[in-house]
Amino acid sequence: MAGTASFDYGSQQQKPEAESAAAGYDPNYVPDSVRSFVVHIYRHIREKNVYEIHQMYETSFQSISDRFFKDSPWPSVDAVAPYVDNDHVFCLLYREMWFRHLYARHSPTLKQRIDSWDNYCSLFQVVLHGVVNMQLPNQWLWDMVDEFVYQFQSFCQYRAKMKSKTEQEIALLRQYDQAWNVYGVLNFLQALVEKSTIIQILEQEKEGLVQFTATDGYDYNGGSNVLKVLGYFSMIGLLRVHCLLGDYHTGLKCLLPIDISQQGVYFSVIGSHITTIYHYGFASLMLRRYVDSIREFNKILLYIFKTKQYHQKSPQYEQILKKNEQMYALLAISLSLCPQVMLVEETVNSQLREKYGDKMLRMQRCDDEGFALFDELFSYACPKFITPSAPSYEEPLVNYNQDAYRLQLKLFLYEVKQQQLLSGVRTFLKVYSTISLGKLATYMEVDEPTLRTILMTYKHKTHAVDSDGKITSNADVNFYIDDDMIRVVEFKPAKRYGDYFLRQIVKVCLEFNIFLISICIMHMFIFSFLSRHCSAARRGYVGC
Amino acid sequence: MGREMANSTPNQKQQPSAMSYTVEQLVAVNPYNPDILPDLENYVNEQVSSQTYSLSANLCLLRLYQFEPDRMSTQIVSRILIKALMAMPAPDFSLCLFLIPERVQMEEEFKTLIVLSHYLETARFSQFWNEAARSRHIVDAVPGFEQAVQAYAVHVLSLTFERVPRSVLAEAINVEGLSLDKFIDHHVSNPDWAIEKSQDKGQLIILPRNEFNHLELKKSTVDSVPLEHIARIFPILG
Repeated sequence: MAGTASFDYGSQQQKPEAESAAAGYDPNYVPDSVRSFVVHIYRHIREKNVYEIHQMYETSFQSISDRFFKDSPWPSVDAVAPYVDNDHVFCLLYREMWFRHLYARHSPTLKQRIDSWDNYCSLFQVVLHGVVNMQLPNQWLWDMVDEFVYQFQSFCQYRAKMKSKTEQEIALLRQYDQAWNVYGVLNFLQALVEKSTIIQILEQEKEGLVQFTATDGYDYNGGSNVLKVLGYFSMIGLLRVHCLLGDYHTGLKCLLPIDISQQGVYFSVIGSHITTIYHYGFASLMLRRYVDSIREFNKILLYIFKTKQYHQKSPQYEQILKKNEQMYALLAISLSLCPQVMLVEETVNSQLREKYGDKMLRMQRCDDEGFALFDELFSYACPKFITPSAPSYEEPLVNYNQDAYRLQLKLFLYEVKQQQLLSGVRTFLKVYSTISLGKLATYMEVDEPTLRTILMTYKHKTHAVDSDGKITSNADVNFYIDDDMIRVVEFKPAKRYGDYFLRQIVKVCLEFNIFLISICIMHMFIFSFLSRHCSAARRGYVGC
Repeated sequence: MGREMANSTPNQKQQPSAMSYTVEQLVAVNPYNPDILPDLENYVNEQVSSQTYSLSANLCLLRLYQFEPDRMSTQIVSRILIKALMAMPAPDFSLCLFLIPERVQMEEEFKTLIVLSHYLETARFSQFWNEAARSRHIVDAVPGFEQAVQAYAVHVLSLTFERVPRSVLAEAINVEGLSLDKFIDHHVSNPDWAIEKSQDKGQLIILPRNEFNHLELKKSTVDSVPLEHIARIFPILG
């Protein structure tokens, strides 16, 4: 099961609420397979057998759900409690899974949403008070955080559709105004981060004082991994919540303790890996840090491409594919705004061309069609933004579930508009090594002052200043203006020959012998020598 | 990430006053606590009067407004936005807009600020200064506004130009005649600018050289192979 619903940003429709109360569902009936499931998983938890817990959690829960609970929820917690010594913590875990299954396969009622919130409160409080001594699989702990954020997002979407609410539902919303309250959600995640001292643990690990990443967060000395790993995943949860709110700067700040240039614990669960990079990349895109988003999307898309086959049977497979597609769309957007194709690996690039090659060509044009494509790709690939505040129940009831999305879209398209003239400039600057402002202005059919603003806009949009005043360049074309002459500094070749040759060398070495290597190395140096001289020569004669 | 609390312009200094210290701490300890809202509002006013700046505190306040729209003060939001404009070239203005509901952005005052930001983002300085002159009542509320925008203009010019005609500089910073002489003299005496007389067109200003506006200083990283990469094949060669 594993948080199957949680990636599902796309589907808008909701089934009618009544459907979940499927006819003939007896919450007190416990089939043998369920009894055996809870008895065994409870025993494995007590014996801290992480491997067996993981097996049952990933496989058995899924197969029992498929066989018995396709159309109805699992048996109620009260019905199974006697088989697990009425263990308080286990019952909380069971209910968490119970709700997760309900959310994934049916539409929860408002009452169920509120009950699920209460269950998370009890569960997290138990964890925060440090009375949990279990060792749970990372997959399960990730699913808890992931599902918690998903249910919050789902609740905000649900609440924002005010038009279709019955009087009874509105009364319930008012009565339980603390349920899925945005402060509550953020403070739980924050509390898990703080109480787990995960930030300090990661710091100490850098100095070699403790082990966390090396053991994937597990504790092999008899301790519990639950609080630590929940705290770790909560940082990713915070990144996601802040992205849903449009607070990209704060979101990235929450992720800072995790060094995503390294393999960390977030890597150990594919869902957390994807969620981390998807939101990191999206936030970077919104902050105009295109090179960051291109680099990270490229890495994860390559990773998914190479490992996809191992996830085919996983319950998350469909969600992996969906996020994969969305990240290609975001990569297409990033590359259209910052055409640094050499940051993208060949495999990813060819996939990208296949999916978006045609659209990307049209996005380069600054006409209405190109603009509409930015709109289309953004809308397809963006997170499901939320309005966190409760509606005013006094005013006429209107739906406001699209407001947050519309605002982010509008501001993004604003940015695209500001950059729409830049692709024209790029095209010319790639051909010339020197050209006068007057001449380029004629070619671009603008006057000189306008051309100057376009060139300065290009510089501004492609250079970021960090807190120390250090300027980083994301520019794909480098130029400067000397009085009224534009001088293009260097045109980067489309391919990284050095990287290419090195990879070929490694390949060849593994297959053949040392003799071939020396030839390769010779080629490499000759080629890079030639290419440098060619570009110098080109500068010499292409100028005007 | 980013440049929270940072100041890209010389006009918004970070003063380590007792007040700012406690507010920064407050935000760090209670990022999601509505009780600190009045403190953050006061802090915005203090940033205006003392010409300091804290993006993270202001984003925290906008976040609290987002959670509780009833408590939003348009005057405070307007001040935050002007401060964010003054932080250009940083993308702070968009960061703030992402958190402000669309219906609020529709108010006249905010529309004006959005237009001003658009002109700055697209380096249309003459249009910017015209619009700013028409909206004195809004931007004059924040001291240091003009100087901050001038600093941004000089930043963009020095990314773009090695030698810039006097007239282009004049337009970008909205200063002419004697005051412009003074402005240039000030920078020349700081010894990073220089003046050159060109035969037919008047003064040219030579801007400080950096790797973005000069040929030789550009680091040639293109197609060179970093040592770490070469090191990868050593084990196989050996």
